[in-house]
Amino acid sequence: MSKLSNILLACTALIAVSGCAKKRPAVLPPAPVDNNAAVDPNAGMNNGNVGGAIVPGSDADFQRSVSSNTVNFGLDMYDIDPTARAILDSQAQWLAKFPNQRITIEGHADERGTREYNLALGDRRANATKNYLAAKGVSSSRMTTISYGKERPVAMGSDDQSWAANRRAVTVVLN
Amino acid sequence: MTRSILGFFPLRPTLVAGDHSSLGNHPGGGRGPVGKVDVTMRNAPSPASPNWAPAFAGVVLGGRKARSVLASVGLLAFVSGTASAQDAPAPASQQAPADPAAAAPAGDQSGGLVVDVTGGISAPMPIAIPVMPTSAVVSTPAGSTDVLGRQLADIVTNDLRNSGLFTPLSPGQLRPITFPEVTAPGFDYWGSTGAQALVQGFIRANGDGNLTVGCYLYDVSSKAELTRTGFVVPPSDWRRAGHKCADMVYTRLTGEGAYFDSRVVYVSETGPKGHRIKRLAIMDQDGANHRFLTNGQSIVLTPRFAPNQQSIVYMSYLNNRPAIYVYDIGSGKQRLVVANANLTFAPRFSPDGRNILFSMAQGGNTDVYRVPAQGGTPQRLTNSPGIDTGGSYSPDGSKIVFESDRSGGQQIYVMNADGSNQQRISFGGGRYATPVWSPRGDLIAFTKLGGGFRIGIMSPSGGGEKLLTNDWQDEGPSWSPNGRVINFYRSGRGSGGKADLWSVDLTGVNERKIPTPLDGSDPAWGPLRP
Repeated sequence: MSKLSNILLACTALIAVSGCAKKRPAVLPPAPVDNNAAVDPNAGMNNGNVGGAIVPGSDADFQRSVSSNTVNFGLDMYDIDPTARAILDSQAQWLAKFPNQRITIEGHADERGTREYNLALGDRRANATKNYLAAKGVSSSRMTTISYGKERPVAMGSDDQSWAANRRAVTVVLN
Repeated sequence: MTRSILGFFPLRPTLVAGDHSSLGNHPGGGRGPVGKVDVTMRNAPSPASPNWAPAFAGVVLGGRKARSVLASVGLLAFVSGTASAQDAPAPASQQAPADPAAAAPAGDQSGGLVVDVTGGISAPMPIAIPVMPTSAVVSTPAGSTDVLGRQLADIVTNDLRNSGLFTPLSPGQLRPITFPEVTAPGFDYWGSTGAQALVQGFIRANGDGNLTVGCYLYDVSSKAELTRTGFVVPPSDWRRAGHKCADMVYTRLTGEGAYFDSRVVYVSETGPKGHRIKRLAIMDQDGANHRFLTNGQSIVLTPRFAPNQQSIVYMSYLNNRPAIYVYDIGSGKQRLVVANANLTFAPRFSPDGRNILFSMAQGGNTDVYRVPAQGGTPQRLTNSPGIDTGGSYSPDGSKIVFESDRSGGQQIYVMNADGSNQQRISFGGGRYATPVWSPRGDLIAFTKLGGGFRIGIMSPSGGGEKLLTNDWQDEGPSWSPNGRVINFYRSGRGSGGKADLWSVDLTGVNERKIPTPLDGSDPAWGPLRP
């Protein structure tokens, strides 16, 4: 892991020096959080746990099966970088196994943008994610998008790491 | 929820020249203990009479819109006029009410006492605002009239002090004034306090459930009345009389438009940063009469008043569908503005209230649209591949200022109201967002993004850029009705960071926090109340 640490340190230095926005965040984002629960008490409650066992095809199954339900973006960016592509590929594989499951893709932005612009930026990120999954064979009719702008951060600090973690699109399987 | 809205109105002079007969049959003619005022008098008596009281033409009570109606039989006519400071001051105790026919022509503002709004901040005018006496202490639904008289003086004091242009005398320098003294000030005393202007008033319970409030402005060194006005208000609206009085003083002395009798709608915030509870809330611009309009179950953002102040347009995540709604303040009901859209946000009314400007995201692209306020087919106004959002009309409705990142980063653009002739106006280096056109038409306020977020102003052609604040994250400006003060919200850093409402003057000096019960963001200042 020391090699990875070195890479991360190098990336931190690059970000600090050049403002490069497309590199992997210096610290990997925290574990994905079910953001739906924060805003809609009815969504996500049926997370697939039945008697303690995770139901195949549920959002809980999705989260434990794919490499991540979250992809991240550079500052003011909405392109799907190589890391994101790998994550979305694993999502697409799972979605192919459960063709009847519908998903919502949430787009988010960090606090260092104004409120209305960030709603639009979150929408861009959600759409970019949706378009990539569609290109990987996920039917568009299964996918909806929603933007939360900067309203629902997962990392609460006011630092580059927190902001990087908040620039994200989260794929949520609807049960 | 229906509230009576009083008819505040500029009062017509109705005294005929020479008609100053005092009512000899009034008890206690001349100075003496103040008796109960008889509101059925037909003629305005001399102010020397303790029963002298102004009366008002065109009073309207109740109803949702202010309307002037002719005075009904039994109501007195109120004298309203501006007396030039050049008028020879007569001994106050013998002076008949200033005859408007003999006074300086209406609109003569050259009374000598002037507040310089650009230099005024550094040298605020000392002003005395003693407690407003009452002719008789009467208990009302708003409180006892003597207490109201003190609170009215407080409202005027706070409004004027918070403008940054006045320094009200401290309570220790004020002395109680009697009811007759309201129109016969003790100028020698007030002059000795250093006050340059004097505001005196009175409050009276009318016996029909309403309150009468009179308000008089005097130039202390010239010993002259500058202007007066008066109101009849239902008890529920008593604070508005105080704000109208403060507006009278402010406009007379600064030459600026009024702004104290207005409300602010905003998003009240509480809870942790990752899960803010956001509720629509409305309050008077001084923080009073605060009330929540939504219950916090759905995220709500960016509320703005309709020009007639009867509804608010805003964005809500109700049912997990972010969309814009028009909320009717009186009924508490709301309706969806645009159906079958995935994401609509950033709404604003047009100045005539007929249209709603908004942003809609489709397929990852956001543009500015317009839709009739009553509903209908949205008309697209921008069509760039960039994010176009945050539209705001010029006060004459002919142009729209908005933000777009079509050039690579957020900048400010102006276009005609039909979407034609889109021109970038921000070229100061850095990025610009949230542009809002001043109700005076002369300036555009914005958020400048750089190291921090700062509130700034520029001309509608982009020149004269001036930054008014300098904190970590100030955003979302909104203009006072007179175009001289800007509300915005300021966020704090870190996991415990919260947002609060602040205001700043055009000079950038009088920056102050607006008190709210919880935290707050997205303030929108409403129009002056009629």
